[in-house]
Amino acid sequence: MNLNRRKLLVRTLGTIGLLGTSKVFATAEDVDAAIKAIAGDAEVTQGALTLNAPEIAENGNSVPISVSVDGEISDDSYVESVTIFADGNPRPEVITFNFTPLSGEAFAATRMRLAKTQNVIAVAKLSDGTVLSDTRNVKVTIGGCGG
Amino acid sequence: MAKPRIKVPKKASAGDVIKIKALVSHTMESGQRKDKEGNVIPQKIINKFECTFNGTSVFGCDIDPAVSANPFLEFRAKVAESGTFKFMWTDDDGSVIEAEKSIEVS
Repeated sequence: MNLNRRKLLVRTLGTIGLLGTSKVFATAEDVDAAIKAIAGDAEVTQGALTLNAPEIAENGNSVPISVSVDGEISDDSYVESVTIFADGNPRPEVITFNFTPLSGEAFAATRMRLAKTQNVIAVAKLSDGTVLSDTRNVKVTIGGCGG
Repeated sequence: MAKPRIKVPKKASAGDVIKIKALVSHTMESGQRKDKEGNVIPQKIINKFECTFNGTSVFGCDIDPAVSANPFLEFRAKVAESGTFKFMWTDDDGSVIEAEKSIEVS
């Protein structure tokens, strides 16, 4: 009787704890859902998309990243967008780069915040409907979201 | 208002793909931080950036709070003629920071 009650208590607290953390940070599932929203029915492959991010970021407040998609750009065939996600930040969305045929080359770079060690994911959508993805794990020494 | 810093080459040959770097001073308050009393500091970021060349869209982005303070962007543009690049940053409060850079294409 006593044991059961204790078990129940521990489980209840555990559940509350889990719910609590999932509210604070994004999860890999959130990112998967967001990628699905971009890709629709298209198959996601790695292909010509390259995401560059440091292996170790000493300061999570400013982590340089860049993305590029290889291939010729023309008026009919170009990269529409590249979206960056971070699966361990309070909100998974980071930035969406919108390219045009005038971009000449599908390359963009910026600096982002990372709250903790996590995966950074880039998802590219091409004008022909192809969806590409690339992932880098970044180790963060000092988190960059403030307290 | 914050003054943007932009790097565009002064000259290029027609058909060249040029590098553009743009940085604007902005705190990019993420809405995750708290002040000394424990109140959440409301989000205030640049949420949109656009670059046009002679009126045609070249590059743009939708920005979320995970982009660092003083947002830095680097991208490419293909130039066929002389003209003016226009840059626009839109703040959460609706204000827009604008800047222009000309390029001579031969």
